[in-house]
Amino acid sequence: MADFFAGLVPGFVWDIWNSLPPLVQYLTVTVWKILFLTIGVILIVAFSTYFERKVIGSMQARVGPNRVGPLGLLQPFADVIKLLIKEVIVPSQSSKFLFVVAPLLSLTPALATWAVIPLNNWYVIADINAGLLYVLALTSVGVYGVILAGWATNSKYALLGAMRSAAQIVAYEIAMGFALVGVLMASGSLNLGAIVEAQSGGFSQWFLLPLLPLFVVYWISGVAETNRAPFDVAEGESEIVAGFHVEYSGVAFAVFFLAEYANMVLISTLTAIFFLGGWASPFEGWTFLNDISWLAWLTVGGLPWLFAKMCLFMYTFFWLRATFPRYRYDQIMRLGWKVFIPVTIVWIAVEGAMAWFHIGPWSGLSA
Amino acid sequence: MLFHSILFYVFAAIMFGAALGVVFSRNPVHSVMLLVLTFFNAAVLWLMAEAEFLAIVLVLVYVGAVMVLFLFVVMMLDVNVEAAKRGLTRYAPFGIAIALLMVVELMQLIWLRSQVGDTVGGFVPNPEGYSNTKALGSVLYTEHVYAFEIAAVILLLAIIAAITLTMRKRPGLKVQNIAKQVGVRAKDRIRVVKMDAEKKS
Repeated sequence: MADFFAGLVPGFVWDIWNSLPPLVQYLTVTVWKILFLTIGVILIVAFSTYFERKVIGSMQARVGPNRVGPLGLLQPFADVIKLLIKEVIVPSQSSKFLFVVAPLLSLTPALATWAVIPLNNWYVIADINAGLLYVLALTSVGVYGVILAGWATNSKYALLGAMRSAAQIVAYEIAMGFALVGVLMASGSLNLGAIVEAQSGGFSQWFLLPLLPLFVVYWISGVAETNRAPFDVAEGESEIVAGFHVEYSGVAFAVFFLAEYANMVLISTLTAIFFLGGWASPFEGWTFLNDISWLAWLTVGGLPWLFAKMCLFMYTFFWLRATFPRYRYDQIMRLGWKVFIPVTIVWIAVEGAMAWFHIGPWSGLSA
Repeated sequence: MLFHSILFYVFAAIMFGAALGVVFSRNPVHSVMLLVLTFFNAAVLWLMAEAEFLAIVLVLVYVGAVMVLFLFVVMMLDVNVEAAKRGLTRYAPFGIAIALLMVVELMQLIWLRSQVGDTVGGFVPNPEGYSNTKALGSVLYTEHVYAFEIAAVILLLAIIAAITLTMRKRPGLKVQNIAKQVGVRAKDRIRVVKMDAEKKS
């Protein structure tokens, strides 16, 4: 990272920086990293609402938002300002403290998980060894926001939505965890940076093809975990009005909204990291590209690649929403427990056997 | 080191307060949430002792799964708070006795450790690049593999027992045949009839 900044700032600034004690340096760098990442995530969330409305609009032969700003690009800000100046109504028979805390409890894990996610080969806030476990632990905490919102509201619709959502999240978390066991076996590390490194060497080295069943399970479970269509029974407008956030208005609702979209961005990024090589370039190792001067950038990995892969999955989220009708509740449970969990267990066994007999891409693993 | 101690006491104090809150809270849902807070602080304390794996697994298993199910059950129950309060005074002696027993056990453990190693030097930080998870995994699957497998079988047995206890055939229960539902094609349900347009008489 040092050489990235060395060219940007004049020499004397660099000298002052080097004279600071290491703790101060560390804290400054970390705080700036957190700040940039959080602002980035929030901006991505803002524009993904715009992206969603444009994508669904075009799929339904409409134009989508086009009034506020050029091409409607300022629409997200108009929405946010509108939500911020609305009154927050707290239902009279509700548990007030938990009612206010619930949105924060769903937003915090969605943002805190970004701490271990590598955006390129140096931008990661906490490069810890057990990064994958940390991701699993924090994504499993997100369910509290939903359950508490449903309970604290003291409304039967909200409680029903919370119950559905909690059962669904707990069910799909198991399949997700098992899918990640496969990734862990293939990469031989729990560190997300190391998982990306293990997939370096271009498109053919990604875990997408060797772990295809796990990829499908992980992605669909991710859609279910974020309570998005076609798994959005937690909100189910047609039968329980709006589910767990039926009584939330103004800023409190905006925080739930932010949490939902932050979770979608997170799941998209994680899928890209685990199965699509994260920030690695798909054309890595295509040496003939280096000879063509205007195509050479294609072989260099970095944040743009991660962003592109993330956008691909975000698009898929919206595509799914525009395409599929909502799942029936018992079918969601059946898919989670009776289809996905057996599929992941079988594929882990297959992977283990292949690694043991030195077949395929895992031949170097058994050491 | 002073900073470290201050952090330890802050987190320990929050944990202690939350644990007291679990017992004395009037609302069972608040109790569960305070228990979650207790687990979180325990995880932080473990992180400070460089037991990263245990800390994250505590959050993953207890906070992420067990407590969610607890909350689920507690929310469904219509708990009579007054009856629960009466229970508190009645069971208090048992609670205190168990707590005392655990204190004695802990003291014994500390005493045992003081006999074996040095306690003055304190805790030696792990070297750079040391992976807790890897260290644990490499003994768990080699030295302690039988104990590990037996624990796994016992847990599996518990799962099967729980499912068997709740799976009873009720008479008159209507169950969907999912395979049949999924296998339905349009031609099984509707018949397209071709007919000529009728003339208005």
